[in-house]
Amino acid sequence: MKLTKTLMASTALTVAAGAVLAQDMADSMTLVSWGGAYQRSQVNAYADPYKEMHPDLEVVWDESSAEAVAKLRAMDEAGNVTWDVVDVVAADALRLCDEGLAMEIDPEEHLAAAPDGTSAEDDFGDLLVGDCFIPQIVYSTTFGYRTDMVPDGVEPPSDICSVFDLETYPGKRSLEKRPINNMEWALLCDGVAKDEVYDVLATAEGQQQALDKLDTIKDEVIWWSAGADTPQLLADGEVFMGSTYNGRLFSVIEEQDQPVAMMWDAQVFDLDGWIIPANLPEDRLARALDFVYFATDTQRLADQAKWISYGPARQSSAPLVGEHAELGIKMAPHMPTDPENAQNTFLYNYEFWADYRDDIDAKFQAWLAQ
Amino acid sequence: MATYTLTHVERKPLSFTLPVLALAGGFAGLFVGTAQGSALLGVVGGAVLLAILGFVCVTMLDGAKERPARWAITIAMAVAGFLVGSASGAVVGFLFGWFFGWFIYWIGEGRYRANLVPYLTPGQVLWHYTFRVLCGLIFFFLITPIVVVMPLSFNAEDFFTFTPEMLRLDPEGYSLKHYRDFFTSPDWQQALWNSVTIAPVATLLSVTFGTLAAIGLSSEHVPFKRAIMAILISPMIVPLIISAAGMYFFYSRLGLQGTYWGVVLAHAALGIPFVIITVTATLVGFDRSLTRAAANMGANPVTTFFRVQMPLILPGVISGGLFAFITSFDEVVVVLFVGSAGQKTLPWQMFTGLREQISPTILAVATILVAISIVLLATVEVLRRRSERLRGMSPG
Repeated sequence: MKLTKTLMASTALTVAAGAVLAQDMADSMTLVSWGGAYQRSQVNAYADPYKEMHPDLEVVWDESSAEAVAKLRAMDEAGNVTWDVVDVVAADALRLCDEGLAMEIDPEEHLAAAPDGTSAEDDFGDLLVGDCFIPQIVYSTTFGYRTDMVPDGVEPPSDICSVFDLETYPGKRSLEKRPINNMEWALLCDGVAKDEVYDVLATAEGQQQALDKLDTIKDEVIWWSAGADTPQLLADGEVFMGSTYNGRLFSVIEEQDQPVAMMWDAQVFDLDGWIIPANLPEDRLARALDFVYFATDTQRLADQAKWISYGPARQSSAPLVGEHAELGIKMAPHMPTDPENAQNTFLYNYEFWADYRDDIDAKFQAWLAQ
Repeated sequence: MATYTLTHVERKPLSFTLPVLALAGGFAGLFVGTAQGSALLGVVGGAVLLAILGFVCVTMLDGAKERPARWAITIAMAVAGFLVGSASGAVVGFLFGWFFGWFIYWIGEGRYRANLVPYLTPGQVLWHYTFRVLCGLIFFFLITPIVVVMPLSFNAEDFFTFTPEMLRLDPEGYSLKHYRDFFTSPDWQQALWNSVTIAPVATLLSVTFGTLAAIGLSSEHVPFKRAIMAILISPMIVPLIISAAGMYFFYSRLGLQGTYWGVVLAHAALGIPFVIITVTATLVGFDRSLTRAAANMGANPVTTFFRVQMPLILPGVISGGLFAFITSFDEVVVVLFVGSAGQKTLPWQMFTGLREQISPTILAVATILVAISIVLLATVEVLRRRSERLRGMSPG
């Protein structure tokens, strides 16, 4: 009897506490993301279910992730931070964290544990880079090629070095207009062993070696700067092969039915996730933390993979990845992390690029202009 | 338009007709040939074909049976086009045939001199038509990027690509799905709603303040007129990105950043210079004695303004207002700074759409906007003419 009473009282208390908490949270929230199919997957997997739980909440999306660092700096300077939760790539999260523009996160306190009780810290594992970054997905930058442009009697390209092989695979290529990834691929195909790539790239000779290798295909390269460029160029038949994010290629191949195929070799893994701007007012902070706790739990991350072919950042989400919400195809084989696709992968080296980016960027741009 | 009947139109000698036709045919053949793989073959083929056609039409048929001959050329070219490139080839062939059928007789029968004064030298005639062709080319250069967008917006695929189905004029290659997307997507509808609520209010503010400023600046007793004018015009001259960054920090301090009124005020500031310039220009022709006459008859300044001055400078006010409206409606830089996601306007949505996902929905929106602008400008022009006619300011 006494036990029941205690239980009831504590339930009532919890409910009351919950109500108080809900009142303390802001009733509108601005989420910042990348637009396009990726943002749609977030709306479907996170924002819509969250809104169902909180019908009074107004959610505004801002497609400004591409200039999140600059905009957050300006907002901070103007003393008027209007964003609540911001989706950025890991490298940007590290920069924002260093500059004190993003809030530090304690995984144990701010993130949900896995359903089997594994702590968030272990569930995310190595992907928790920096102190402010809340990982969402693993994506990769990889190549797609036009299947109808493969020359007769030649095997379709399956090796990263076919990008540099103009004799066997003639045609234009599209590469991103920045050194990251391109320099690594160039060295890999110039005989440098995979685990030595960054050691070589740290030297001036190594950088020159990479640029020299890129020089052999420079005339055949169309440089892209937005993720949508390569899909458009591939669909146009303007390029034979091109690098872009694997989700974009998935969309071109499976959703748009274009004659394009993936070449997963030497795909470069990168992370994307949330940060919460530093120094938010209390009610907005409470809302942001509540949303992030919900949106990064095991089920939500697995749900996102129904709409886009990016791998969930939690280990516990992987077995829950199901079928595409509209096409009904199994999503697991399209994940960059699928064992079949991940036979030869490359992990983007944050530390290296943090140290060398400015220097190599300058050399790369100078080389481009030659 | 007066017609000149002084000029004697006569058949030209073959030594003139055939080279000119061959030249034109070679030029057209260059395009056809390049598209089909051999530019040289196209040039030679086009030149020979047109010379022969010209010879047949002008000499052998002796200029008679013009109508059937032209139809024959048109149909023959359309059929040839169809054999090469099916439906779209037939359309191109038809247009080529129609044009060259007319061109052969125009040159061969010397009709090109019909509407010109008789004393022009051949060089002057040549320049007369070269000038027209140049004007046409400039027009083409200006209009093509806009026109090209329109068929692409009916693309059945999600890329900015003329698919083989589209080029064959196959109905399968076309669809209205991007228009459907625009009208059903909440993102686009919200953006449209924002644009539609921001632009008219910004325009109203610009027109009010701009007109007042222009009237004030045109009266004689205002000191430092030029300096004030320069300051008021400055939003038009200073690079937009600088105004935008400045407004961002200024409005943040005032608490206007990210609000509806912030964007409206920023757009009004951008629109004011256009109104000032157009209204100042119309005020130059405004007779000041009219206001004095009105005052003399007992009207107060407000009545004078609305009953006398305003109707006379209305064309300037309206065109300034149109510019202000279009500035606000097209503006993307300032709204990116001053607005927040809740004030996302159509150009902002198009901008992010282009960057993140190249979707033909943008082209569908562009087509709709072009159509709206044309309707808007045409309406204003019709109203203006009507009021001018009613007030007897222009004949007809």
